[in-house]
Amino acid sequence: MHIVYRDKEWFVDQELTVNQMLKYLKLLPESVLVVRNGQLIAEDQKLQPGDEVKIVSVISGG
Amino acid sequence: MRCRRCGNPGAINMRQHKLSLCLDHFPEWFLEQTQRAIKNYRMFAHAERVLVAISGGKDSLALWDVLLKLGYQADGVYIDLGIDHGSSYSARSKDKAAAFAAQHPAARLIVVDILHLYGESIPQVAQRRHRPQRPCSICGLIKRHEMNRVALEGGYDVLATGHNLDDEAATLFGNVLHWQVDYLRHQFPVLPADGQGLARKVKPFCRFYERETAAYTLIRGIDYIEDECPYATGATSLAHKETLNRMEHDSPGAKMHFYTNFLKAKEAGLFAAEETAPELHPCPQCRQPTSAPDLCNFCRLWEEK
Repeated sequence: MHIVYRDKEWFVDQELTVNQMLKYLKLLPESVLVVRNGQLIAEDQKLQPGDEVKIVSVISGG
Repeated sequence: MRCRRCGNPGAINMRQHKLSLCLDHFPEWFLEQTQRAIKNYRMFAHAERVLVAISGGKDSLALWDVLLKLGYQADGVYIDLGIDHGSSYSARSKDKAAAFAAQHPAARLIVVDILHLYGESIPQVAQRRHRPQRPCSICGLIKRHEMNRVALEGGYDVLATGHNLDDEAATLFGNVLHWQVDYLRHQFPVLPADGQGLARKVKPFCRFYERETAAYTLIRGIDYIEDECPYATGATSLAHKETLNRMEHDSPGAKMHFYTNFLKAKEAGLFAAEETAPELHPCPQCRQPTSAPDLCNFCRLWEEK
């Protein structure tokens, strides 16, 4: 799968859950949303090789 | 995690509510909760005209969308701050606001161009005032003044902003850290009009986590500017949000309880308004109320050019 977060990207070949991915990337689920193949998904969903994954930061302001 | 309303896979899990909802039922819940906040805090009625402060970001565009879907008479005001910083930040955020307005014929977008009106953009004012790296307080002053002016001149009953619970909790956290009691007195989802030139201000999204307003814009397909204002990098409020999110991660509901229990305490009389509040008078130039002895801070900003 192809994972994009801000200006970074990763390529992963194995199946994993959203929670596992966020833990690996050291991101809090409270601070982001995950979109798989254009659709918002919850943290227990599985990501498969071939998925296009976008991690959206939700923190804004200043 | 299954949607509580239909049993389909959940698209968002809100641990503080022990609630998962799917792509169909989350927007429905979001509208219901917004309407509930508007009613509970007596923010405004359907007969009233609402002016929504639009930045081009997720919260303000989501708020405009929700108010229109709920049948309110909601126009938008976008303040063009003239921030470029190598990324055309203001131009791109204005495009998002204009694109949303173009898709909603019932909605009118009022654009206030600070450079055109006052001769200087925010970065130029900040440069003149020797604050080129951190223009946020000047920017806040200008935005508050201009949004209030447009609301009053346009005969709007209320000015609505897209502040969410994370914004409010981070502000509260900062104010408590420094025990800024006067700021705590004025933090509430509704600030009434004062009858002397300050419009009523409301925050219909004050009970939503930031994650939920972002989820609403994603599900609804609203195109918003994802980038932060370039001057927000390193802002204290962002650090406070991260701290609160770490607490939330370990203890779901921590942010919500921190903020909503503050509101309950205020309603019970904590941080009540001082009997001897500073006396306000109309600024001799712009007529907006001020406690300053002569011109208000906004007008002084331009007098010093």
